Amino acid sequence: MPVKRGITSSAVRKSDSLNVHRDTPENNPSIPFKFNEQNLKLVDEILKRYPPQYRKAAVMPILDLGQRQHGFASISVMNEVARICEMPPMRVYEVATFYTMYNRNPMGKYHIQVCTTTPCMLCNSDSVLEAVEKHLGIKPGHTTADGVFTVTEVECLGACVNAPMVQINDDYYEDLTAESVVQLLNALKATADQMPAQAHTWDNPAPTGSTSGSGTGALTGKDKGVKSGSALGTAKGRKVGGVTVPPAGPMSGRDTCENSAGLTNLTGKKWSTEVFRKDL
Amino acid sequence: MFLARHTPSGSAVAVVSRLARPSVAIQQRGLATSSDAPPPKKTKFGGLSDQDRIFQNLYGQLGADLKTAKKYGDWYKTKEILLKGHDWIISEVKASGLRGRGGAGFPSGMKWSFMNPPGWEKGTTPRYLVVNADEGEPGTCKDREIMRKDPHKLVEGCLVAGRAMNATAAYIYIRGEFYHEATVLQRAIQEAYADGLIGKNACGSGYDFDVFIHRGMGAYVCGEETSLIESLEGKPGKPRLKPPFPAAVGLFGCPSTVANVETVAVAPTICRRGGSWFAQFGRERNSGTKLFCISGHVNNPCTVEEEMSIPLRELIEKHCGGVRGGWDNLLAVIPGGSSTPILPKNICDDVLMDFDALKDAQSGLGTAAVIVMDKSTDVVRAISRLSKFYKHESCGQCTPCREGSKWTAQIMERFEKGQGREREIDMLQELTKQVEGHTICALGEAFAWPLQGLIRHFRPELEARMASHAQASGGSALAGGWEHDARLKGKLIAPGQ
Repeated sequence: MPVKRGITSSAVRKSDSLNVHRDTPENNPSIPFKFNEQNLKLVDEILKRYPPQYRKAAVMPILDLGQRQHGFASISVMNEVARICEMPPMRVYEVATFYTMYNRNPMGKYHIQVCTTTPCMLCNSDSVLEAVEKHLGIKPGHTTADGVFTVTEVECLGACVNAPMVQINDDYYEDLTAESVVQLLNALKATADQMPAQAHTWDNPAPTGSTSGSGTGALTGKDKGVKSGSALGTAKGRKVGGVTVPPAGPMSGRDTCENSAGLTNLTGKKWSTEVFRKDL
Repeated sequence: MFLARHTPSGSAVAVVSRLARPSVAIQQRGLATSSDAPPPKKTKFGGLSDQDRIFQNLYGQLGADLKTAKKYGDWYKTKEILLKGHDWIISEVKASGLRGRGGAGFPSGMKWSFMNPPGWEKGTTPRYLVVNADEGEPGTCKDREIMRKDPHKLVEGCLVAGRAMNATAAYIYIRGEFYHEATVLQRAIQEAYADGLIGKNACGSGYDFDVFIHRGMGAYVCGEETSLIESLEGKPGKPRLKPPFPAAVGLFGCPSTVANVETVAVAPTICRRGGSWFAQFGRERNSGTKLFCISGHVNNPCTVEEEMSIPLRELIEKHCGGVRGGWDNLLAVIPGGSSTPILPKNICDDVLMDFDALKDAQSGLGTAAVIVMDKSTDVVRAISRLSKFYKHESCGQCTPCREGSKWTAQIMERFEKGQGREREIDMLQELTKQVEGHTICALGEAFAWPLQGLIRHFRPELEARMASHAQASGGSALAGGWEHDARLKGKLIAPGQ
């Protein structure tokens, strides 16, 4: 329905980062939200990290946990976090609106964040963004009609050596081209049914794992999808119903940030304690 | 003439200089020349050997677990280092000449010693080390590699640096997007706790020390130390006024120091190999090794640990396979992350990559994130995109930055297409000068400098664009980007054009 406007009113701003809350059927204060048992334990764990008189310091991790459980940081999640942290709800809203990683609107299952800042731009992130837009038929800030993908254009994600890159939920996909990103999107779409029904009604988070967006590995250290050290670049990708979802990381074949034409350094013998001073 | 009265004659200066340095041949000196520094002991830099690379696991050849870390020298005699006390650690770091790796390049030993003013031991409050892992500067991706491949270097660094400033706990503030890195780091912390390396009686030294992770949630400005502290306290990350400095009143109102991941992670190795070992690399006052991230138009972008003061050209040609299309195809380089001014090719030819050399070239080392642009680059658009970045990331607290970043982004958007007048370039320059130094944090400078760099080195490009736009549209644009015949078309535009 076209929006009726008075002669002096300005256009309704439909930005992805509108800083006000409007009650909607899926996001209003009367929808109850409670942390599940597993996450309540994590909440206790988080609160222990800060001095007891500074409970509100825990607002960011707890709000993130709530967002991971609920699918997005709804007004009910924020109110519950305010209750736990013993702070006025307004202070939680302030935090939620300041930081870009709190999504205050329902999100698709896969949140695709395309980096377009200068280092990525130099490596042709334009073509990646264009390919994503064309393939999904949406613009940044929007969600596809089937609720699978949300696309946002974001600022530098800190993987500039592996530009251009996108972040999908918690995973970085690097060294992309317009073709490889479309391939990636196809694989994700084909396996989207394996994810819990709708991200924003996701009250029961899947077991931790890659590309689920509900992982709590950063709090617990337990996430099988996260590789480190020599295991980086060795992941095979998830096989779901005959479709392979590529593993996170560079899609050009290199493991991490090394020179793709062969190492220029760190090829010799590694040092150990023999190089240290003797008077320790 | 006014000046002449104060100008000593050439011969007088020559006498002075002869008196001061009898062995040097007589030189003609002009007004305000300082005496020459003694010739440097070392003139060739670069070509660091693998034996001297601190981050051996930069390319993920080894595991990130505790056992592997111990095998390659981490956590070796940490107890002995801790027992030597804070003065010893700080003196080693001072001797190493380590300068902060987060961008500002403040001498680390001195910064850490601010935590121990006379009478510090009478304080009863907790004291914190805050590690800045909010790596957000476009072009920079070095801390990420440390955290996901060498997490134990960072955890041990927290303990050693924490001991040096007599901290009771460390908070590692890691950017929220780095979920994988935070997970790896959390694992490393748990391993270290389980092994008794941190926690109560860390390493059996009788010193209690905790390490916690706090994840940011996507705000570039939280990389600024006071705003990082605000964010850790559970507030929007808006920088605080200084003074009081964090070393006096910081996190939770207690003495705190914020240090970059790389600075902290190299501290244990410096202590174990000696400050003089670290100081032998690089030029004087710029010593050490450094992680460089080279992105953009090079054949093989990579992150590499090299000696400080390595020539830019050598860095690119040796480790990244050169600029796409050869060195002559180079247009410009941003040498230290988005906030440092751009350098055109003629400066890049022989500039050294260290704090002082790049400062002399009117740029800065910043985080040593080298963004290379070849001749195919639309340099105006590249800088314009940075303006958009800063517009997005300004926290909105100080008016010059909040409004200025938006104005400059709008002006740059017009300049991309050449919609503007030449005098608007000077207006833009003046605008950036009005912002610089008038904001609480350095974000004001950060968005002003790239624009100043562009105007300094690529003004002809901006003017050429305006000329070609004028030709295409049949007349030079009016200020504000209006087409030349806007008034004829009945548009209401500002007077005084």
